[in-house]
Amino acid sequence: MIRLEARPQPSAVMAYATPVLAVLLTMIFGGVLFAVLGKDPLQAITTIFWEPVFGEFAFFYRPQLLIKGAPLVLIAIGLALGFKAGIWNIGAEGQYIVGAICGAAAGLAFYPTESVFIFPLMVLAGAFGGWAWAMIPGVLKVKFGTNEILVSLMLVYVAEQLLASMSLGLLKNPEGFGFPGSRNLQQYASAHNAELIAGTGMHWGVVAALVAVILAYALLARHRLGFAIRVTGEAPRAAKFGGVNPGRLILFCLGTSGLLAGLAGMFEVSGPAGQISIDFNVGYGFTAIIVAFLGRLNPLGIVAAGLLMALTYIGGDIAQSQLGLPAAAIQVFQGMLLFFLLALDVLTNYRVRLGTGEVTT
Amino acid sequence: MTPLLALRGLTKAYPGVIANDAVTLEIAPGEIHALLGENGAGKSTLVKMIYGLVKPDSGTMQMRGTDYVPTDPRAARSAGVGMVFQHFSLFDALSVAENIALGMETPPPMRALATQIRDVSETYGLPLSPDRTVGDLSAGERQRVEIIRCLLQDPKLLIMDEPTSVLTPQEVDILFETLRKLSAEGTAILYISHKLEEIRALCDAATILRGGKVVGTCIPRDTSARDMAELMVGSTLATPKAAAHNTGNVVLDVTGLSAPAPSAFGMALKDVTFQVRAGDVLGIGGVAGNGQDELLAALSGETPCVPGMVSFLGRDLSNVAPEMRRGLGVLSAPEERLGHAAAPNMSLTENAMLTGAAREGLSVRGLLNWPKTRTFAERIIAEFDVRTPGPDNAARSLSGGNLQKFVIGREVLQRPEVLVVNQPTWGVDAAAAAAIRQSLLDLAAGGAAVVVISQDLDELMEISDRFAALNEGRLSAPRPTSELDVEQIGLMLGGAHGIEVAHV
Repeated sequence: MIRLEARPQPSAVMAYATPVLAVLLTMIFGGVLFAVLGKDPLQAITTIFWEPVFGEFAFFYRPQLLIKGAPLVLIAIGLALGFKAGIWNIGAEGQYIVGAICGAAAGLAFYPTESVFIFPLMVLAGAFGGWAWAMIPGVLKVKFGTNEILVSLMLVYVAEQLLASMSLGLLKNPEGFGFPGSRNLQQYASAHNAELIAGTGMHWGVVAALVAVILAYALLARHRLGFAIRVTGEAPRAAKFGGVNPGRLILFCLGTSGLLAGLAGMFEVSGPAGQISIDFNVGYGFTAIIVAFLGRLNPLGIVAAGLLMALTYIGGDIAQSQLGLPAAAIQVFQGMLLFFLLALDVLTNYRVRLGTGEVTT
Repeated sequence: MTPLLALRGLTKAYPGVIANDAVTLEIAPGEIHALLGENGAGKSTLVKMIYGLVKPDSGTMQMRGTDYVPTDPRAARSAGVGMVFQHFSLFDALSVAENIALGMETPPPMRALATQIRDVSETYGLPLSPDRTVGDLSAGERQRVEIIRCLLQDPKLLIMDEPTSVLTPQEVDILFETLRKLSAEGTAILYISHKLEEIRALCDAATILRGGKVVGTCIPRDTSARDMAELMVGSTLATPKAAAHNTGNVVLDVTGLSAPAPSAFGMALKDVTFQVRAGDVLGIGGVAGNGQDELLAALSGETPCVPGMVSFLGRDLSNVAPEMRRGLGVLSAPEERLGHAAAPNMSLTENAMLTGAAREGLSVRGLLNWPKTRTFAERIIAEFDVRTPGPDNAARSLSGGNLQKFVIGREVLQRPEVLVVNQPTWGVDAAAAAAIRQSLLDLAAGGAAVVVISQDLDELMEISDRFAALNEGRLSAPRPTSELDVEQIGLMLGGAHGIEVAHV
């Protein structure tokens, strides 16, 4: 008989070991999945994890690691602050979209004027857009006690409709021969989030992600607000007793995660993506949830997890084109990672005992 | 005569601790047997073994001369062992009869069950209507539900764990009548309590445990409470003494404090008025659920109140947040240790930060000073004798009594001007309780205003200068403790809630 026995203290070893175990289990069960789909599992796994970094075309894929990793890390940092406090923003995807729309719109409003002030203005607009979109579930929760999970998630679909409307209407490129989508910001120097060092994939979004990581780390370790976030997540009543204002904390956490998601969207639309289009969003906002948990809600862990998930995105693309794996299989693969991680998390607070024994409650 | 239950050499070890070490105990039919001991002496483990919740490592149990090996509580119940736990397992939203039916293997039809409940409750003087919703019942009435649930199974041995901690003196009298009647009918009772005077009044025999071993037996009637306490602790006891002190100006002024109930099963505060002077200890008694938590929350600042209701040294506190109140010197320690006074999974250092930040200067402009916090936590651990390997351990790894010492110490060491504590020694053993009470008295002697909310009347009589009772969210006018006896206090607590004593 297998029993779970509560540990007197959460295990520190297990807290670090579970992400590694989860990745290994995902590789094993992902391999089984690929085998069932008729692909060679070993080849599929190496394509996903090895090819992008060390393969023949690594010079092309490595910069992609930063390009795909930066938005994941930026969004996940914001989500992690909320998740630590037990505030569940599931709608980062929507905040990412609205941030991109606001950022792009701010730039396009000045087209074709060239000025050094345009890009900073776009950054502000993108951050504001994401923040405002996240404040909707925030204010509704504080004022009326609505569930932020549902409201933020539903707003993703609203944002997607807004994105489609913008691509086909307000922001449509007037010189685009009727095709949906805005002007390409890559061709508008003042609004282009170009590579800072050619060939590295390093753009302003990467810089923003690193700054966010450092600030979040300092906030959680050294600042009263970070402490309030952690206590609220651990014991809401104790936090309230300690003087935390729950409503303000909800607004701060949702606002910050929305702001960072909006920034990520803005950096994406002005750089790697280039334009607002119907299929602009590719699920970074949802994948960032996995990144946040895989990184143990710890800013440094999130950097590692963001890079790993970026790898599965790139490797998944390669596997799709080279091996013909369906896109959905890659998504299942990514989902498995979260699933195993959450399941293994039990081991942090409990240990497994084999054999019979009495109940000791 | 064969004993009803005989335990021989019962031993149970957990990793790192021997909870019970060759415990031998006999209970005769109809005997009321007290089990005494400090926290961690092994009382709970012992009764859990009798009730089939824990399997002994070695030793034997015999019921009326035949081997008794309960594999689970169901087996124990069918062998005639019933248990009333300290913490009730009842569903607030269900009726009394529904709650009782839930605990039965094969519940009879509801109508028949209701009749049975009425019969048992009349026979034993425990009036209780089967149709009432449990959420509306007082703690004493809830306990009656648990007792009747046991009695319906016609037990030969009834185990009662700290049954009187939630009762008024009058309710205690009623309970004792019931227990004596049961005993007269041949039901044995194993009675666990910290309250030695009660044990002297009720019990026929007592077994005292210390460190998992039986360290003595006695006839409670012929033994003084002090001797029993010293047997439990293993050393002589220091009685908390109030140093001579003068009361000064009014520090905390509560005038007409009213607040709506925070939840469906909470209690509204109604026109609560009292003043506490520097050097004064005000004891607030009352049965649990009569507004204690709500009063503490209003004083700590967790729940906002209307201007003019609470003031500190003449300053209105209505708009002052908990953190700012601490900065001023208004501190508090709530009853619920895990999850309210302390965050279970966080370290003691982090828990020291929780309330110490403002007054101990642990956070300057929002930046946290962890080394200083750690030193503060170490000071609490040292001065309040908190048994833990160190301040990096999680709060939940501490035993209840040790965490309580930490929680009280954390506030006391912050040199409060006003300290409000709720149940300061709940679940704490005699020696530690005496230390906590002494620290509260010292605080008052040093010029602080102290409000002690407690359900332990002996405690309140011992340390408070004035006493007031909280009943249904209303506070009686405080009266000097020296003028009161237990009978009067009982009446102040709201009488016996309309219950009559059993007709034996």
